[in-house]
Amino acid sequence: MKNSRFSARPDEVFFRVGTGAFALLLIVIVGGIAFELGRQSSLSIAKFGWQFWQTDVWDPVADQFGARPFIWGTLYSSILALLISTPIALGIAIFISELAPQWLRKPLVFVTELLAAVPSIVYGLWGIFILVPVVRQLQLNTPAWLKSTPFFSGPPLGVGMLSAAIVLSIMVIPFTSSVAREVLKAVPQAQREGAYALGATRWEAIRMALFYARTGIVGAIMLGFGRALGETMAVTMVIGNSPQISLSLFSPQYTMAAVLANEFAEAAGDLYLSALVNIGLVLFVMTLIINTLSRLLIWSMARQKRPRLRRAALSEAGQAA
Amino acid sequence: MNRARTYVTIALMVGALGAALSAQKVQITGAGATFPFPIYSKWFSEYNKKNPNVEINYQSLGSGAGIRQLSSQTVFFGATDGPMTDEQLQSAPGRILHFPTVLGGVVPIYNIPGLNTELKFTGPVLANIFLGAITKWNDPQIAKINPGVNLPATDITVVHRAESSGTTYIFVDYLAKVSPEWKKKIGVATSVNWPAGTVGGKGNEGVSGLVSQTPGAIGYVELIYAIQNKISYGSVQNMNGKFVKASTDTVTAAAAAAAKQMPADFRVSITNAPGDNAYPISSFTWLLFYETPKDKGQAKVMVEFLKWALTEGQKFAPDLGYAPLPKDVVDLEMKAIPKIKLG
Amino acid sequence: MMRDRWRRGLSHAVLIFSGASVVLALIPLALILFYVITRGVGALNLDFFRNMPAPVGEPGGGMANAIVGSLIVTGLGSLFAIPIGVIAGVYAAEYRGTRFSSATRFAADTLNGVPSIVIGVFAYGIAVLPFKHFSALAGGLALGIMMIPLIMRTTEELLLLVPNTLREGALALGATRARAVFTVVLPAALPGIVTGILLALARIAGETAPLIFTSFNNRYFSTNVTQPISTLTVQVFTYAITAYEDWHRQAWAGALVLVTIVSLCSVLARMATARMERLHRGA
Repeated sequence: MKNSRFSARPDEVFFRVGTGAFALLLIVIVGGIAFELGRQSSLSIAKFGWQFWQTDVWDPVADQFGARPFIWGTLYSSILALLISTPIALGIAIFISELAPQWLRKPLVFVTELLAAVPSIVYGLWGIFILVPVVRQLQLNTPAWLKSTPFFSGPPLGVGMLSAAIVLSIMVIPFTSSVAREVLKAVPQAQREGAYALGATRWEAIRMALFYARTGIVGAIMLGFGRALGETMAVTMVIGNSPQISLSLFSPQYTMAAVLANEFAEAAGDLYLSALVNIGLVLFVMTLIINTLSRLLIWSMARQKRPRLRRAALSEAGQAA
Repeated sequence: MNRARTYVTIALMVGALGAALSAQKVQITGAGATFPFPIYSKWFSEYNKKNPNVEINYQSLGSGAGIRQLSSQTVFFGATDGPMTDEQLQSAPGRILHFPTVLGGVVPIYNIPGLNTELKFTGPVLANIFLGAITKWNDPQIAKINPGVNLPATDITVVHRAESSGTTYIFVDYLAKVSPEWKKKIGVATSVNWPAGTVGGKGNEGVSGLVSQTPGAIGYVELIYAIQNKISYGSVQNMNGKFVKASTDTVTAAAAAAAKQMPADFRVSITNAPGDNAYPISSFTWLLFYETPKDKGQAKVMVEFLKWALTEGQKFAPDLGYAPLPKDVVDLEMKAIPKIKLG
Repeated sequence: MMRDRWRRGLSHAVLIFSGASVVLALIPLALILFYVITRGVGALNLDFFRNMPAPVGEPGGGMANAIVGSLIVTGLGSLFAIPIGVIAGVYAAEYRGTRFSSATRFAADTLNGVPSIVIGVFAYGIAVLPFKHFSALAGGLALGIMMIPLIMRTTEELLLLVPNTLREGALALGATRARAVFTVVLPAALPGIVTGILLALARIAGETAPLIFTSFNNRYFSTNVTQPISTLTVQVFTYAITAYEDWHRQAWAGALVLVTIVSLCSVLARMATARMERLHRGA
């Protein structure tokens, strides 16, 4: 779709301007938030500059602030959550939209969205009283050879990166899965029927639908990722809230959203407040970067033709002949 | 004749209007510390029963947030566990007055499976544990003050508050007084740079939850949480050398000594207070008002409420786990209340 | 032949995996719901739905004001977010490929990643500070801002999947652009859009941080949108962080009521959409 495609008919112009105004409003809101974040972190930016992204110390008493442990914690927990939740969410979406019998669909949809309806504080409390002891038991029973690897080292506290990643993935699953499900449902039946006509198995037809809807699927995953990046309450209750950089899943760590929520209410002192808002700004910029990367991913995917299916179809034709 | 009738009618109307207005609801908003929320909600509710047209709406945002909201004038009064600093007072648009309302105590909670005697702590020992200098429960420093107790060789897991809080402030204020190393290395604030390897729990509930689930853990919470959650808490040695366990009596005792040297603005720390029966990790909690409040109607109501809270209200405190103010402090406050300008 | 067996085997494996995913997701859901129900159902009585909060130890406390308040604030948020989200999504889908639509999409995805507390503080800065008091409107604004990205992106992705033939057909019949989109294309994607709206609702229904600094809380019953208002999430949070068993139970009851209300909305919205679809198709 190119710009020249749109005519200059009056109703077209009216439509474009009318809907464009709402789109503009969205951009203005985001711009406003970015502006406020920048403005209120000016003190911190003036004092620390880029060092803020590279320092490890967070000391409100000595007025020394560095965001690196929080950046690490946010990225690690969100990526882990994404890795755990995406296959499960897609599996659920596939099941509901392609495989489930008609009578099972509505109840399953209802149940998936029930996960999204649970307030984050409930996730946090459930996490700390039910999940964390289970993870602690897991840690106590980890074989020694695993414990010596950097991923599983550390005292068995229960709270830590693993608990946080698990809670986050549970929270993210309904979002990714619901959007992916709707996107898969909207793939025209003709596409699937074409695949079956060519002799595809169930999975191959589903793969075709996934390919057709690939930008929507990536969009669903990105929505889930965004959810994970910004989640505050549930994470802070199970992650241990210790600003340290560690590969270990068992080690207590800290995320940007969590430190912001924990310390914002009480922060006295202009530099302290400014450093906290600076963390918000860092998170904002990180989201921008991740979005840009995913845009590139979608763009490269959109340009892909269908090499695999063509090959499969050719080989089938070859076999039949 | 006509003119007189007009005047009388107007006077009657004004009188009726005045009566109607005074029967109007007065709605006052306040924000601040989470620690006194339960007692404040009891007070506001009891006061509302006696004066149904007074609706005081308090929400616990945190001491710092309460101070900020008061300075921004989005609320009428604030509440804080730690007195405002000089800088905060300077940057407020008007003069702010502090009034202590109740007392609270912070206790060291621990989880040592199999231990059925109560542990004793001294200030320096607590500081060393939280600094990470003492790492095992059977460390000689702990054993020395707990003779005859069978301490296991378990690692100590230190649990502190993840978010900024008045409870942390009270605790580290005490540690800084009894340990020069703490004062130099960590300092005093609502949120500090805890040593590596420690764990942050969210809220008093989070800390007690973590401690009760982690064998070998130690933490600090407000007294009421230790009582309600039935977690073991130790006694702490006070300035006079006595090991005192926190209770409403020992906390009030800590404040009694302070009454003699109370500064005029009531901003005082009573950690490590003198007195045989004084619990060393105690603190006031304050209500904050502008000296010259803008809304005189609300100010009048709050002044009456404050007088009630400092006298009648105190009897509700012990049931909820708060220590009532000693009489001397109440007397000083009643004398200071007229500072709030109502005219 | 071998290749066929491999392909069939793979297909079966995927089927089993996707079924297993459903079961895997159901386990934590069941655990969490069980947790909430067992802890909260004990405090659910008539008083809970009728009365205002009571101090600790006094029986008969309830969350009537919080329930009404949550409905009001969420309603305000939806009023703000649904038009903006849907129409912005329409723009991004219909004008895909233009720079402006890319910018809109980018903005929505970025907004989605902003933590709720940042949005709360933003709403505080523009809707509370200038007026010097907290209000339900400010709370609605904060929640609405959080809802927009989900609604917008779902609308956009689903509109993109509506075949172009539908659009062209409507235009060929002489409809104006606006009419074509809003009466033909949008209804075709409606179930998906409703899912997006319900997801957004579920997302914000459980949020506390953005409300604490905007709609504050209110011990008393109030429907005045320019005044502080009580909400279930803030009330649950306030109770959950205290030490008292009595208040904890009420907090769980509040959480249970919240989940129930959101699920009910979801079911009702789906039923309404299905009915609209039937009418649409019948006509």
